[in-house]
Amino acid sequence: MIDSSLKQMAAALASKRISSVELTQLFLDRIDRLNPRINAFITVDPERSLTQAKAADVRIARGDAGPLTGIPIAHKDIFCAKGWRTTCGSRMLDNFIAPYDAHVISQFDQAGAVNLGKTNMDEFAMGSSNETSYFGVVRNPWDLARVPGGSSGGSAAAVAARMAPAATGTDTGGSMRQPASLCGLSGLKPTYGICSRYGMIAFASSLDQAGPMAKSAEDLAWMMNVMAGFDARDSTSLERAKEDYTRDLDRPLAGLKIGLPKEYFADGLSDGVARVVQEAIDQYRKLGAHTVEISLPNTRLSIPVYYVLAPAEASSNLSRYDGVRYGYRAPEYSDLADMYCKTRAQGFGAEVKRRILIGTYVLSAGYYDAYYLQAQKIRRLIAQDFVEAFKKCDVIMGPAAPGTAFKIGEKAHDPVAMYLEDLYTIAVNLAGLPGMSIPAGFSDGLPVGLQIIGNYFSEARMLGIGHQYQQVTDWHTRMPEGIA
Amino acid sequence: MQWEVVIGLETHVQLQTKSKIFSGASTAFGAAPNTQADAVSIALPGVLPVLNREAVRCAVKFGLAVNAEISRRSVFARKNYFYPDLPKGYQISQYEHPIIRKGSLTIQVGDTEKTIRITRAHLEEDAGKSLHEDFHGMSGIDLNRAGTPLLEIVTEPDMRSATEAVAYAKRLHELVMWIGICDGNMQEGSFRCDANVSVRPKGSDELGTRREIKNLNSFRFLQQAIEYEMRWQIETLEEGGTIEQATVLFDPDTGETRAMRSKEEANDYRYFPDPDLLPLELTYDWIEEIKASMPELPQAMEERLVREYGLPPYDAATLTSSRALADYFMATVGAFGGEPKLVSNWVMGSVAAKLNEEGKDITESPVKPDQLARLLKRITDSTISGKIAKEVFAAMWTGEGEADEIIEKRGLRQVSDAGAIEAMVDQVLATNAAMVAEYKSGKEKAFNALVGQCMKASKGKANPAQVNEILRRKLS
Repeated sequence: MIDSSLKQMAAALASKRISSVELTQLFLDRIDRLNPRINAFITVDPERSLTQAKAADVRIARGDAGPLTGIPIAHKDIFCAKGWRTTCGSRMLDNFIAPYDAHVISQFDQAGAVNLGKTNMDEFAMGSSNETSYFGVVRNPWDLARVPGGSSGGSAAAVAARMAPAATGTDTGGSMRQPASLCGLSGLKPTYGICSRYGMIAFASSLDQAGPMAKSAEDLAWMMNVMAGFDARDSTSLERAKEDYTRDLDRPLAGLKIGLPKEYFADGLSDGVARVVQEAIDQYRKLGAHTVEISLPNTRLSIPVYYVLAPAEASSNLSRYDGVRYGYRAPEYSDLADMYCKTRAQGFGAEVKRRILIGTYVLSAGYYDAYYLQAQKIRRLIAQDFVEAFKKCDVIMGPAAPGTAFKIGEKAHDPVAMYLEDLYTIAVNLAGLPGMSIPAGFSDGLPVGLQIIGNYFSEARMLGIGHQYQQVTDWHTRMPEGIA
Repeated sequence: MQWEVVIGLETHVQLQTKSKIFSGASTAFGAAPNTQADAVSIALPGVLPVLNREAVRCAVKFGLAVNAEISRRSVFARKNYFYPDLPKGYQISQYEHPIIRKGSLTIQVGDTEKTIRITRAHLEEDAGKSLHEDFHGMSGIDLNRAGTPLLEIVTEPDMRSATEAVAYAKRLHELVMWIGICDGNMQEGSFRCDANVSVRPKGSDELGTRREIKNLNSFRFLQQAIEYEMRWQIETLEEGGTIEQATVLFDPDTGETRAMRSKEEANDYRYFPDPDLLPLELTYDWIEEIKASMPELPQAMEERLVREYGLPPYDAATLTSSRALADYFMATVGAFGGEPKLVSNWVMGSVAAKLNEEGKDITESPVKPDQLARLLKRITDSTISGKIAKEVFAAMWTGEGEADEIIEKRGLRQVSDAGAIEAMVDQVLATNAAMVAEYKSGKEKAFNALVGQCMKASKGKANPAQVNEILRRKLS
């Protein structure tokens, strides 16, 4: 059952072969057993989860179950869930019990899904290794000495270790695709505005986007059917007709034009990853697709642009954590300014502070034009690169990350090396495009992801492209050894 | 040396919307602390702002009222600073791209008119309140006000005296209430001014260094603060000192201003466009729709009252000093079907006097326009005299009933029966032989005394014109 797809689980629940309570308990037991080694969850609350499972069983018995009713889903600890501790991976919110539901959470609740627990993450989603979490590093189920990627590292590790059938994540610069790649999972960052950001703790508002992480593209489609949708409480939410993300799963790939950006196969890409990605592309050719070389000339600028814009927004978004109304407050202080300083000095970790400092700097009088405005201009050029590219192809493919999972501590003291982890993913966020990573093979026993970048609102087609590949390959069904 | 003061005003106008500018929480004043602070007002993690359409409508109405440019596209920006009553650590405001630009307002100072240019007006959210007094030895934070919609209206440095600044502020105050975007309650902070004040040698084109006086919430304080500040700056310069740019506070108890922070200490607000809100785009049709719903503006109405109703300019200006007063006047004229000058005299006379006496607003007048019109009808149709009308009005005010009821009940109907008046006159002549003799000896004054005696005998009800006529005839 732990290896089943969401579709199979739904069928098992519908046919009463298993109840939601049993299914939930099954995963709770796995969490109990595996989480001490992997640290994928920050908060597990079996009582709450099982209460939801019981309610789901009632719904199923009544015959008004939806596709995800009764299926346990893990949520990145960036989503506020009413009554649940919601930490965002930070000491600052260690004691914060969310009094309301994020839109994404309420969508799953309404669908009858069970909240299985809150997954670990880089603090405030800032990191590519899940090492910045106040709640400790998450270990990659494929090699416990290695990182799972980040910032949605807990969600990735939870699904990879089959502690959850699927999970939610968020992606600001690659935070779902990179961990999906490093953990052998499928992960989709939708077009900006598809999933409401309401109740999703902000890192960089113009880049943050929620999405699903699961074993297969098909599972992602099932998740998307629940997660996506307009929400008036998020002014950047797109008002679009509800769509069925499974509609293109069976669409054949004959005639598909795949663009291969030359910049994605240049310096910085490890040989092992390059080989796996090429093999995956060969597989697509066999499925009837053909490839065309394209260029995304401003790719090299995406990291510097991102590290101006994302910290700028973050420096402002994180100002609310001041110790006044909720969250951490320093135990001792002499006056207001001292309370602010100590609270924020003690409540935030090093990476968060680094980004607040960068962001404060680039927005400061005298630097704003040179950094922030300039970065906004280049952001438009980067988006324009994709507009040009999609004139020549239907989708773009390339690596999701430059290498495989690295050792815990390996890049922790070299922020720039860490930032380069997102070399192939960041431009997608800057352009607001949908991007996906699917398992495409292994290099030295570690998973490698293939990134698929689509045009705006082409998620259903992208999921079909992933699904067709997964019909002829079995990378997505592989499970880490030693995690039985 | 002759000095000239240069003043620009920034006015924060609290917009009269039911809910906050970026959330559904109520904006009602005076609720228990933090009972109107929803998730957005508290700035819980993950909450997002959603713009209140009514606040935008208010801004557009203002723009139309001051003949300004309405930006079809404006941008919300974050103004970043830390303060306990600023829950997000930033205020959502508009910076480079305000919704309203380049308007003007005409003020009257003495006999001269002057146009004050309005640089811009932008939408923003108010902060909460810090309560420093008597809160268990700590400061309390009330976030009820956090997120209340404000329109900040900024002028060019066009005013040259405290009196001009006050005239502008009063004009603006009238206008925002007139167009229904602000309740104008200055005690509750619905309308508050910051004054930028500098001085320079008369005749100079260059602006002196300015100091900004914050948060003046009465016209009197505005006047006092500017006058003090002006004198202080002139004295400082004349003593060879220099003015440092600074933000100052006015202390109403001492009547002095004192520096709050200098330019060096000024915050770097790190403005940048708020990524949670899309640029605000207004359609031409929506602006036109608002334009069509605008009431006649006070200045236009004032001119019309002079032109079409033939009212003296003083009456027209007084009656259009508030929307409610103008509405009362127009409704009375409408109910009467004319006689604007008579109505004006009564509204500015008896009605205003009673309101003043009881500290009431025109909307609280117990005598409604249609009731007043029916009373005035009884003057013009000679049922009662103007003097008796005042008595009837006073009775109406205390709730004795309609004009006609009171006239009947108190028997105040004017006596116009010639026979009855003649009999009365005869009696007066018979009992006041001395006065008659005085009159006959050429003392015209005695005639008036006799009229008075007749009116007294009739308890004021005799038609005075008839009394006059009959008396003349009898004495001739």
